[in-house]
Amino acid sequence: MLNSVTSHQASDSAVPSGPTRSEHDPMPETAVAPADSGLSLKELARRNGLSASGRLPSLPEYTRQLLAYRHFIQAHASAKMSSALGNTKLGAVWQVLTPIFNAGVYYVIFGLVLQTHKSMDNFVAYLCIGVFVFQFTQSVVQSGTNAITSNLGMIRALHFPRASLPLSAALVEIRNFLVATVVLLGIVLLTGEPITVKWLLLLPLLLLHSFFNVGLGMFMARYGSKVRDVKQLIPFIMRFWLYGSAVLYPVTQFESLLSGWQLQIVEANPLLIFIELARSALLDNVVLANPPAVLWIQATVWSLVVGIGGFVYFWRGEKGYGRG
Amino acid sequence: MVEIDNDRTPTVVADEAHIIYRVQQGGGTNSSPLASFKRMVTGSKGGNIREVHAVKGVSFVAYKGEAIGLIGTNGSGKSTLLRAVAGLLPVSKGAIYAAGQPSLLGVNAALMNELPGDRNVELGCLAMGMSPAEVAAKKQEIIDFSGINDKGDFSSLPMRTYSSGMGARLRFSIAAAKEHDVLLIDEALATGDAKFRKRSEQRVRELRGQAGTVFLVSHSEQSIRDTCDRCIWLEAGTIRADGPTADVMKEYEAYTRR
Repeated sequence: MLNSVTSHQASDSAVPSGPTRSEHDPMPETAVAPADSGLSLKELARRNGLSASGRLPSLPEYTRQLLAYRHFIQAHASAKMSSALGNTKLGAVWQVLTPIFNAGVYYVIFGLVLQTHKSMDNFVAYLCIGVFVFQFTQSVVQSGTNAITSNLGMIRALHFPRASLPLSAALVEIRNFLVATVVLLGIVLLTGEPITVKWLLLLPLLLLHSFFNVGLGMFMARYGSKVRDVKQLIPFIMRFWLYGSAVLYPVTQFESLLSGWQLQIVEANPLLIFIELARSALLDNVVLANPPAVLWIQATVWSLVVGIGGFVYFWRGEKGYGRG
Repeated sequence: MVEIDNDRTPTVVADEAHIIYRVQQGGGTNSSPLASFKRMVTGSKGGNIREVHAVKGVSFVAYKGEAIGLIGTNGSGKSTLLRAVAGLLPVSKGAIYAAGQPSLLGVNAALMNELPGDRNVELGCLAMGMSPAEVAAKKQEIIDFSGINDKGDFSSLPMRTYSSGMGARLRFSIAAAKEHDVLLIDEALATGDAKFRKRSEQRVRELRGQAGTVFLVSHSEQSIRDTCDRCIWLEAGTIRADGPTADVMKEYEAYTRR
């Protein structure tokens, strides 16, 4: 404010500083310089222990805040789920029907009509695992991108750690995926696979994949709020990712077509890794791109990098989300 | 520029605060693909994204126990300033300091329209940081206060079926259920019918008793005169006057009559 006043008085070559200036001040009665105290507003605030509105909390502090809001995150996720299905007659039944229809479409096209990959045993189960696991990440990316932009009203009105929003969006998808997994297990059993101890591997896999997805969702939430155009590109990016993740055809096709660094890039694809691991857990004899031990290490690294990286990236933008 | 009273405890300090927010608008004046492409190539901002410089260098100090009215014509940046004090909108230049976490009590807190009123009460309370036990204890009180159940069981109906007055009343009741250090009230007193207005003014007085400092944005001169001892007059994003309510109101009235 002081600067703006001096600039108004530019003609006044020798602008007096300090207390005397209040006499020259052209502003109304409020315009009194911090006379005797000489205290700047910043210092005044600091002395009285005021903190800057919109100050970024430290990462541990932020994590603690987020943890304290876990009930809100859960309630928000449930609320979103019931409000999304609230207009339908069947309501929550759709949570089960959606994955069944999803699998049904692929079964009719690839299993009955095209009868592709007859050489592979149980291609239908192979396909469905890929579709379901991929769908999990796809929906997190989609809802994560909208997590900030579609809740601006709430962000501008209430105070809560903003990461609650992409987290609750991811939580909705994790719940959906759990239901889908039950459907998937049914499909796998119906197609003649035995129940084995290996099925238990689905639990750590779900954990890693969820962690990966939460990070990715947070990344997309901040990125989507900054660059709105990205929403238009996501369908294409996701389709590209779908074809690169060996969902609709056997993973061995990559090996016959690519080699060297190209193959390495394709096989480092995190979704390919998660899908491969799910297949190796559920199917009896399945051809994998890499041995399971390597896949597990890759999956863990991806989850940690994307999970933590996405969270840190989102936290850095915490105070800017209200701007829109 | 700002007088500092060393005897009183400041609760909110605004130091040369500028607030700029971006507005995304569909179907602007020049939204043809060619124009958009030109903008992208030349790197000019224009088009869909417009920046609104809503608050331009505002400085003030608010003290404990004060009730400050923010006045100004429509679009002068009052609500934007409140949101920045609450930390909901980032300050682009300068700074705003506050004691504790200021809470904004507004009528347009977005809730989920598909959900029934009582679930919205739970969600809103959780979003304000209450524990589930507190929410369970306060839920009925909030619904009773809002009076939405006066004409039948509306709290179990989706909020989209509510009249705008009922929705506003419920939102106000949720926000007013919590006690605050620095309380920011945005036109909340103007919601609902006369009966509810009386009840909400009473509630605001109670909250003022508990809160350190109250800011009130309102177009109702009466409620500003009734509740505020100090007034800040914002016009086009800058402070035109800051002082005792009676003085500032007189100036403001002279200005608006012109």
